[in-house]
Amino acid sequence: MNPFSSGTRLRDMIRAIRACKTAAEERAVVRKECAAIRAAINENDQDYRHRNLAKLMFIHMLGYPTHFGQMECLKLIASTGFPEKRIGYLGLMLLLDERQEVLMLVTNSLKQDLNHSNQYIVGLALCALGNISSAEMARDLAPDVERLLQFRDPNIRKKAALCSIRIIKKVPDLAENFMHPASSLLKEKHHGVLITGVQLCTDLCKVSSEALEYFRENCIEGLVKTLRDIANSPYSPEYDIAGITDPFLHIRLLKLLRILGQGDAGASDCMTDILAQVASRTESNKNAGNAILYECVETIMSIEDNGGLRVLAINILGRFLSNRDNNIRYVGLNMLMKAIMVDAKAVQRHRATILECVKDSDASIQKRALELVYLLVNESNVKPLTKELIEYLEVSNQEFKGDITAKICSLVEKFSPAKIWYIDQMLKVLSEAGNFVKDEVWHALIIVISNASDLHGYTVRALYRVFQASTEQESLVRVAVWCVGEYGDMLVNNVGMLDIEEPITVTESDAVDAMEVAIKCQRLGLTTKAMALIALFKLSSRFPSCSERIKDIIVQNKRSLVLELQQRSIEFSCILQKHHNIRSALVERMPILDEATFTGRKAGSLPTAVSASSIIPCNLPNGIAKPAAAPIGDLLDLSSDDAPPAPVSSGGDFLQDLLGVDLSPASAPSGTSQSPKTGTDVLLDLLSIGTLPPVQSSSSAIDILSSSHDNKAPVANLNGLASHSSLSANATSPASSAGMMDLLNGTGAITQKHEENGPAYPSLVAYESSTLRMTFNFSKQPGNPQTTFIQATFTNLSPNVYNGFLFQAAVPKFLQLHLDPASSNTLPASGNGSITQCLKVTNTQHGKKSLVMRIRIAYKTNDKDVLEEGQINNFPRDL
Amino acid sequence: MIHFVLLISRQGKVRLTKWYSPYSQKERTKVIRELSGLILTRGPKLCNFVEWRGLRVVYKRYASLYFCMCIDEDDNELEILEIIHHYVEVLDRYFGSVCELDLIYNFHKAYFILDELLIAGELQEPSKRTVARLVAAQDSLVETAKEQTSSITNIIAQVANV
Repeated sequence: MNPFSSGTRLRDMIRAIRACKTAAEERAVVRKECAAIRAAINENDQDYRHRNLAKLMFIHMLGYPTHFGQMECLKLIASTGFPEKRIGYLGLMLLLDERQEVLMLVTNSLKQDLNHSNQYIVGLALCALGNISSAEMARDLAPDVERLLQFRDPNIRKKAALCSIRIIKKVPDLAENFMHPASSLLKEKHHGVLITGVQLCTDLCKVSSEALEYFRENCIEGLVKTLRDIANSPYSPEYDIAGITDPFLHIRLLKLLRILGQGDAGASDCMTDILAQVASRTESNKNAGNAILYECVETIMSIEDNGGLRVLAINILGRFLSNRDNNIRYVGLNMLMKAIMVDAKAVQRHRATILECVKDSDASIQKRALELVYLLVNESNVKPLTKELIEYLEVSNQEFKGDITAKICSLVEKFSPAKIWYIDQMLKVLSEAGNFVKDEVWHALIIVISNASDLHGYTVRALYRVFQASTEQESLVRVAVWCVGEYGDMLVNNVGMLDIEEPITVTESDAVDAMEVAIKCQRLGLTTKAMALIALFKLSSRFPSCSERIKDIIVQNKRSLVLELQQRSIEFSCILQKHHNIRSALVERMPILDEATFTGRKAGSLPTAVSASSIIPCNLPNGIAKPAAAPIGDLLDLSSDDAPPAPVSSGGDFLQDLLGVDLSPASAPSGTSQSPKTGTDVLLDLLSIGTLPPVQSSSSAIDILSSSHDNKAPVANLNGLASHSSLSANATSPASSAGMMDLLNGTGAITQKHEENGPAYPSLVAYESSTLRMTFNFSKQPGNPQTTFIQATFTNLSPNVYNGFLFQAAVPKFLQLHLDPASSNTLPASGNGSITQCLKVTNTQHGKKSLVMRIRIAYKTNDKDVLEEGQINNFPRDL
Repeated sequence: MIHFVLLISRQGKVRLTKWYSPYSQKERTKVIRELSGLILTRGPKLCNFVEWRGLRVVYKRYASLYFCMCIDEDDNELEILEIIHHYVEVLDRYFGSVCELDLIYNFHKAYFILDELLIAGELQEPSKRTVARLVAAQDSLVETAKEQTSSITNIIAQVANV
């Protein structure tokens, strides 16, 4: 060993680390080595710098921090010898990534090395630049790389070509500089240069349409000739893989031809002959040949129409599908996904094979095939395909069930030819894999059921049967419980019997039994039990004979340890005992749930101001006709996680839950994050109309109420009351709600009070430019003067729509800011609507300092990003 | 484009990582953990592709080592298998029937070879012979430099002895 050496050799260190039996031992060894290396770094030891860096790289690979070695890389790169530079560049690529600032320091060394007389050093620099270059480096060094594209040695030219790819990806503006040198690379004979040149052209086409046009005009014939030469070339040992000369080059040429031929009939014409040759003459018994065929099929599918070629391509895919090799089948499925856009009929022919693939044992193939089946389904084949999928659902393994149920549900919803079929299929899915469906799926089912008034009896009986068979699948139980609650009388009396049904006899107490099972079953969750309680409560008026028993069951739950159940049962038994006069109105059957609102909400867009005049003409593709019911917001809050938190005050919570089924955590922090609400909510919630999205102004709430006035008697009873209180926006008249408050036996009265004495603040135009106005409305909760709730309203003053609207705000340290999600991110033009967003500001120095806020608003209009910024100093003083 | 190359042993130990897309150190560890969980558990007869975060990972097992490359959805998976095999063959030629230990003790060599094969996540050279020749040429440059230094140290040592 060298007498000057310190520490161990690389090999010895690796051996020592490998000899460690425990992770702790390994850590100890690594710690010792790192300490030695740090010491060497501090002493600026030159002799062993490259050995130390090599050790660090190994340590890095084991997952230990090695940032302290980064500067060593730079030192090695800056030294003169080849061995030092080689290890230095390796370290640079391994220990750093393009986001680290240290990288900027290396630009100068790179520039020198790119001009070095030793071509291997030039190669090292090109490799490093190609692998980790940042945009700044790319800009600085692009001229050098461009020059190297003409270097005498082909091995440098090919490296320069790939390095150029990185550069144009980082800085697309530079593309035009590389266009001409790249096209000259296409004429090269050296395969390395040719391959990289073709790749560079491909990437140039992706970033610059100018380059695409240029290559289309000048290079197609040359490329076709190169492909023909390589396809016809005799055996060449250097490039041969499985009997094919350079499949890599084949594939890259096909890829470039694809990009050039796409959308250009003339260019596509030039290449048809050679594509036909490659597609028909390439051997398909080895992977390399199949890789070429795969690429070729994709090119044929993408270029402009040529019937004959497409037939050839689809046939190749057919062969792929029946191949025994899983890889080939996988790519076959993958390609059929693309082919379906071009020629759906041809793909349909392979339906049976594809269905087989859904049942494959390989998860990757299953997934691909399922995606494909999903695309294959249309109105004509939805029934058999759904049947197949549901049958498979029974035997599929657990991990796959989630995917497959999601797909079936979405198919059934999209293509259902009749409601009864939809309901049937959904029941099958739910009873098979109900635990895997998302909440919105069974929510949607309930809405469909509610709308199918002629099927209520049929559905509730079917659900009752499945429920009797098993309570394993929770979402099935929920739907069943809901339906029994609503349509229990139809269950017992066999109302609306269909011909296909077998009659069943269910007594009133049987139905109550079922609900009792749901409440008592250990396995079922809180939401289900709460729903069952509501169902029982509803049944109490539908089945007068059982009302004593129902009362007993409800009373039992008064002692439930779960607060939610306990509270509900206390409230319900109170209504049962003391409030006979309103009970029947309370447990009235749900008005028909509005599909349009639900689908709108599911799509993430909140319906603004649904009014009676705007009954949306309904052309739903699934043939489920929407009855002309007055749109009544969301009658039953079925949202669990996708909807924005409902604007409920703490007083309203009780009542909302009284009939609602929303137990989501979203509503838990309500009242703190939302502007305080008036008694309107209490009333609205009571009727379960209370979950209006926060956007809706009080006037739209009135709209809804008055629209329902026409046809909904129970709502009408309270209508005058409700609209009255919603008019007095901030100051509730306690008298109007007092009548309702005793329902809660006073629980709500206390929480309700605070609404009345919140001081009023004038609203403020916080920001206004020529294109945008932002108004703030303030409110405070009494007893907490530090906290201000601000409702920001944005109005678009320009004639263009704003998309991707984003409002951001910043406050000084003495303030705390909480931003709720905005009502939308699209702002209609010319003030035809607005976005609202709630803010909560807590002023820790209340009384001493007033609010101040800096804002930034970003949005997109006419495809341009716009950023507006401002500072708000004119808040009212005492906030 | 290849986003990264990973070599993972059957026990889940990382033998080589090469990143062509920016991943922070934290993300890298996470990616490796996720992928080894996904890939090492797959049975032998299954296809060599795994869908992952909207990308695709092509892997192939050679003895105790898994070679993994992550690519875009529209890349050619079958070609990547060929590239992996290409790399393995070059390694094999260089080390003379390569085994995992070769790659552990000479990990830097494995990186040097990979750098002659891929740059910026794209294939650089389809000829195994050319790759081998280029690596050998650079190795001999290192050897020459070493000899020079050692002869200089010898001279210094001799002078010191005198």
